[in-house]
Amino acid sequence: MAQPRSSNPRRPAAPTTMSGAAIILKALQDQGVEVVFGYPGGAVLPIYDELFKTNAVRHILVRHEQAAVHAAEGYARSTGKVGVVLVTSGPGATNAVTGLTDALMDSIPIVCLTGQVPTHLIGNDAFQEADTTGITRPCTKHNYLVREPGQLARVMHEAFYVASHGRPGPVVIDLPKDILFADCPYIEASEVETKSYRPQVKGDTTAIERAVELIAKAKRPIFYGGGGLINAGPKASKLFTEFVHKTGYPATLTLMGLGAIPATDDRFLGMLGMHGTYEANWAMHECDVMVCIGARFDDRVTGRLSDFSPNAKKIHVDIDASSINKNVPVDIPIVGDAGVVLEQMLAVWKAKGYQADQAALSKWWKRIEGWRSRKCLAYRPSPDVILPQHAIRRLYEKTRGMDCYITTEVGQHQMWAAQYFGFDEPNRWMTSGGLGTMGYGFPAAMGVQIAHPEALVIDIAGEASFLMNIQELSTMKQYDLPVKAFIINNQWMGMVRQWQELIHGGRYSESYSAALPDFVKVAEAFGGVGLRATKMSELDDVIDEMIATPRTVVADILVKQDENCFPMIPSGAAHHEMLLGPEDQAERRTSEEGMVLV
Amino acid sequence: MKPSEMPIERHTIAVLVANEPGVLARVIGLFSGRGYNIESLTVSEVDEVNARSRITIVTSGTPMVIEQIKAQLFRLVPVYDVHDLTQEGPHLSRELALVKVRNVGDHRIEALRIADTFRARAIDSTLESFVFELTGGTEKLDAFIDLMAALGEVEVSRTGVVAIARGADLQMPLVRRKVVRRKPRPPAAAD
Ligand SMILES: Cc1cc2nc3c(=O)[nH]c(=O)nc-3n(C[C@H](O)[C@H](O)[C@H](O)COP(=O)(O)OP(=O)(O)OC[C@H]3O[C@@H](n4cnc5c(N)ncnc54)[C@H](O)[C@@H]3O)c2cc1C
Ligand SMILES: Cc1ncc(C[n+]2csc(CCOP(=O)(O)OP(=O)(O)O)c2C)c(N)n1
Ligand SMILES: [Mg+2]
Repeated sequence: MAQPRSSNPRRPAAPTTMSGAAIILKALQDQGVEVVFGYPGGAVLPIYDELFKTNAVRHILVRHEQAAVHAAEGYARSTGKVGVVLVTSGPGATNAVTGLTDALMDSIPIVCLTGQVPTHLIGNDAFQEADTTGITRPCTKHNYLVREPGQLARVMHEAFYVASHGRPGPVVIDLPKDILFADCPYIEASEVETKSYRPQVKGDTTAIERAVELIAKAKRPIFYGGGGLINAGPKASKLFTEFVHKTGYPATLTLMGLGAIPATDDRFLGMLGMHGTYEANWAMHECDVMVCIGARFDDRVTGRLSDFSPNAKKIHVDIDASSINKNVPVDIPIVGDAGVVLEQMLAVWKAKGYQADQAALSKWWKRIEGWRSRKCLAYRPSPDVILPQHAIRRLYEKTRGMDCYITTEVGQHQMWAAQYFGFDEPNRWMTSGGLGTMGYGFPAAMGVQIAHPEALVIDIAGEASFLMNIQELSTMKQYDLPVKAFIINNQWMGMVRQWQELIHGGRYSESYSAALPDFVKVAEAFGGVGLRATKMSELDDVIDEMIATPRTVVADILVKQDENCFPMIPSGAAHHEMLLGPEDQAERRTSEEGMVLV
Repeated sequence: MKPSEMPIERHTIAVLVANEPGVLARVIGLFSGRGYNIESLTVSEVDEVNARSRITIVTSGTPMVIEQIKAQLFRLVPVYDVHDLTQEGPHLSRELALVKVRNVGDHRIEALRIADTFRARAIDSTLESFVFELTGGTEKLDAFIDLMAALGEVEVSRTGVVAIARGADLQMPLVRRKVVRRKPRPPAAAD
C-alpha cells in the first residue's frame, strides 16, 4: 500500500510514532488508568524508565507478583474499573499465574503486562524466558504476544475492551523487549474495533416475557443472585432489590453476590450453599420458580446435583452463554447483562400489571419463617474464650455506618465473615470464591485501600492464609496504607481440620499451624502496629483501637481452636441434608461419592 | 433425565476464527482442558484478505456437553462464528486420504479393482506398492483402508473432516469488497 504523502494537505497526517514503552503509557492514560501494581525486572525496564520520566500513572511497588494481581483485583472489584498489573518476564510472569487464575474464576477485569525476551530470542531458552502466553492461555480470558510494533497500540486498547466487556476477566499482554524500544505508531482507542468478540447485552424479549409471566405465576418463588450482579455495576443491584421488593419474593445470594441486596433487608434469606443458611437452602430446595441472575450454579451452591431444587422451573440470566445449562439444565435461558435484563423484566412486570399471588406468597413466607426460626447462625458466646463468630459479629457491629470494605483470606474465617458480617451495598466485599486462594485478602485489601484512601479496609484473615502474602506489610509501610489485618487465629488450618474431623476420622494430618510467628512483633518489625486479644474481655478494646489507629494494623485475635463452621452441606449431600451443628455430624456420615469431591 | 443418562451424539462444528498465532492452541486447549472429545479437527485459512481460518471439529458428547462446547468456543475472543452443522440441517462431510499399500503380492489387480470401486486414484506406484488418493465420508475411507489392510501392509495419511451445509445459504461467507471488474487481460505468453 502506498504511504500517505505529507505534501498532500488533504491526507491525514501519518500516525505519530513513539517508543513502544511510551505507547504503553499513553494507552494506559487514555484508558483512564490511575494506578499500576507491579514489580520491575530486566525485560520491562524500558517501561519503568518511561514511568520515571513521565510520571503518567501511579505505580505501586508490591513485594511479590502474586500480590500485584490480587491488589489489582481488590482495586477492580471495589471500583468497577479494570485493575492493571506490570511484571517482568519469566519468574515475574509465572508468579502472577495464581492471581490471574483467581481473576478468571471470579470474573475480575485485569490487564496484566508481562515482559518477554526480545522477539529474536523467543524459543531459545533465553535468560528469564518463559512461554507466558502458553502458560497463561488457560488462566486468562485472552492473551496477546505483541510481535509487531504496529500491533502494540491496538492490542493495548483491545485488551481493556476484552477485560471489561461481557463476562469480565484477566487479559495478559506479553511484551518482547525489542518492541518496547521500537518505533510504534499510536492509534486512539476509538479507532480500535474488535469485530469478533461482541457479547450480547440485551436479553431476548420473548424469553423475558415468558420469564416474567412465570415469575408472576409462581407460588413458591426465589431470587438467586450472584457475582454477575456485582459485575454488572451498582445499578444492577438496585434493580435486583427493586424487583425483589416489587414482587415481595425471598432472595438469596452466593458468596460472590453478597451486598447485591442489603443484608438488613428482611426479604434476604442470607447466603446459600455449602455454608449458607438453613432458610436459604431449604427455600432453594422447595421452590417452584427459581430466578437465577448472574450466578453460575457452582458445586458449592448446588450440592448433590440430582437433588438440587427438584421441582423448580428455572430462569437463568447470564452474560456468558457457557454458564447456562452447564451444571443445571434450565427452562428459560436469557443471555444478557444482569442490569439490562432486570430493567427489561421490570418494564414487562409493570406494563402487564402483574401482581404476586398474595395467598400463595404468604403461605410460602410462613414456611420460610419456620426455617428461619431455627436460627441456624445462633451461637452462645462464652464468657472467656473468644468465639470466631463473635469476633466477626462484633467487628461488624462496631464498623456499622462506617465507610468500610472487607476482604478475606480462605478458610473458616472466610465463611464466618460471609455469615456474620452484613453487606448493605455491592463492591464492599472482596473474597476469593472460585479459586479459593489463601493469601488473596491482604494484597486485595491493599488494592482497595489505594482506590479508597479514606475508607476503613479490613482483611478478615486466618493465621495460615495471612502467612502466604505477609510480605505485603512492607508495601503497606512504603505507601502508609492503613489496612487492617484482623486475624481469626485458631492456630489451625481450620477448614482443613474441619474436613479431617468430618471425613477422615479426626486424623489431623499436617493441619496444625505450628511455629507461628508473634504477629504483634511481625507487625512492628514491618513498621506497623500489632494488637492482640486473647480473651473476651479484650476483644472490644482491640477492635476499637484497631479502627482508631490510622496505620497498618495487625490484630491477632486468638479464638477457640476447634470451632467448626456451620451450617454445612457435606460434600455430596443435598440442600435438605444440611448439618446444623456438632450434634448433627455424628449421626450422618459422608457418602462415598461425597468423599471424592473437594 | 439426569445429564449423565443423556445419549451421546456426534456433531460436526464449523468455527470461523481469526488466523492469528495461538488460535489453534486456544481451541485445542479448550477441548483438552475441559475434557471434551475431538474425533477430528481440521484447520486452514479460508480468507486471506481478512485473515480468517475455518476449523472443522467432529466431537461427541451429551446434548448438554455439545451446547457447552459451542458456547465455550463462541466466547473465545478470536472466534467470529460457530455453526453446528449437524444440528442446523443436512451437510456434506469429506475427508481426503493418501493410502500406501505394499507387498500385496498376488493381489495387485484386486487392489486396483477395489480402488476403482471406491473411485480412488493411484497416484504413485512401484513394483511392490501403490499410493491411492481417496476422498469421501469417514466411513467410506475407513472401509477402503480396512480392505487394503487385508491385502498388504498399509500406511495412511488422512486430512480429517471438512464440512459445509447443503443448499444455497452461506453460513460464513467470505467478506470481500466488491471488486470492479477489469477487462480480462490477454493471457501471458508462455515462455
Ligand atoms: C472455602 C469456600 C467455601 C465456599 N462456600 C460457598 C457457599 O457456601 N456458598 C456460596 O455461594 N459460595 C461458596 N463458595 C464460593 C464458590 O466456590 C463460588 O465462587 C461461588 O458460589 C460462585 O458465585 P456465583 O455463582 O455468584 O458466580 P461468579 O463466580 O461470581 O460468576 C458470576 C456469573 O455471572 C455472570 N456474569 C458476569 N457478569 C455479568 C453481567 N454483567 N450480567 C450477567 N451475568 C454476568 C458470569 O458469566 C458468571 O456466570 C465457597 C468458596 C470457598 C473458597
Ligand atoms: C493457596 C492455597 N493452598 C491450600 C489451600 C487449601 N486450604 C483451604 S482452607 C485452608 C486452611 C486455611 O487456614 P487459615 O488461613 O488459618 O483459616 P481458617 O480455616 O483456620 O479460618 C487450606 C490449607 C487453599 N485454599 N489455598
Ligand atoms: Mg486458622
